[in-house]
Amino acid sequence: MVPLLYFQLLGAALFGIGLYGVLARRSAVLIVLSIELMLNAVNINLIAAASYLNGTGRFEAFDGQIIAIFVITVAAAEVGLAFAIILRMYRNRGTVNVDEINVLRG
Amino acid sequence: MQLALFILVSALTLGGALGVVATRNVVHAALFLLLSLLGVAGVYLLLFAEFLALVQVLIYGGAVTIVVLFAVMLTRSSEYPRISDNRQWPLALLVALAVAAVLGTAFWVAPQVDAQPQAPVFTGLAASLFTKWALPFEIASLVLLVALIGAIIIARTPAASDADEPAADGGR
Repeated sequence: MVPLLYFQLLGAALFGIGLYGVLARRSAVLIVLSIELMLNAVNINLIAAASYLNGTGRFEAFDGQIIAIFVITVAAAEVGLAFAIILRMYRNRGTVNVDEINVLRG
Repeated sequence: MQLALFILVSALTLGGALGVVATRNVVHAALFLLLSLLGVAGVYLLLFAEFLALVQVLIYGGAVTIVVLFAVMLTRSSEYPRISDNRQWPLALLVALAVAAVLGTAFWVAPQVDAQPQAPVFTGLAASLFTKWALPFEIASLVLLVALIGAIIIARTPAASDADEPAADGGR
């Protein structure tokens, strides 16, 4: 059987990759994609904990899975809003490169 | 057997994720994201979360990928092949590695559970969702509705006349 630690390490690695994408990419589309990776890393951890700790008394049966459902819901809303903002940004500024979106720079 | 499947799906997940952050083509990045998210659905199956795996394939594999591809087409991001990484990428790599190392170490030194993953009775999911978690469930539906209306208002083309503006403000 696979120990719980492997799933947690997978989640940590996926979170790190997503964080690198958020910090290093320049296209706003790619930044949103990297945020999705980070959200999925969190979901892996939630569901792994829910599945392994189920029945040990430290976790109610489905709490982890239900929180993961809420994370997926919020992620879907976030993707819709983020791409609406990116679309508006492209229409107003003609670019989706976040390095060039500096109208608020003091 | 389980370990082999785990290695397969985690290779799929991490390989797709590395593709997302490494490729220079935005369309390829979206397709790599699809690969990675399907790998995550496989991880859910290994953890006996069948419903979550199905939701993952439907929402991420279907809806999110389509929205991403639409955004790529509408913003013509693929015409900017040189938008890839900014100058801070070594620093970003350092920070990402450090965060992953801290998380991994925290999991490593935490007391291990010797339990096995087990499949709870599936109908309990709906019972728990609609009783204990009923209020968050309703709020989630409200969040989706507000996000939908907000996305339409933000992304719509500007109205030809200013007569539409009060209506748009009322919609918010």
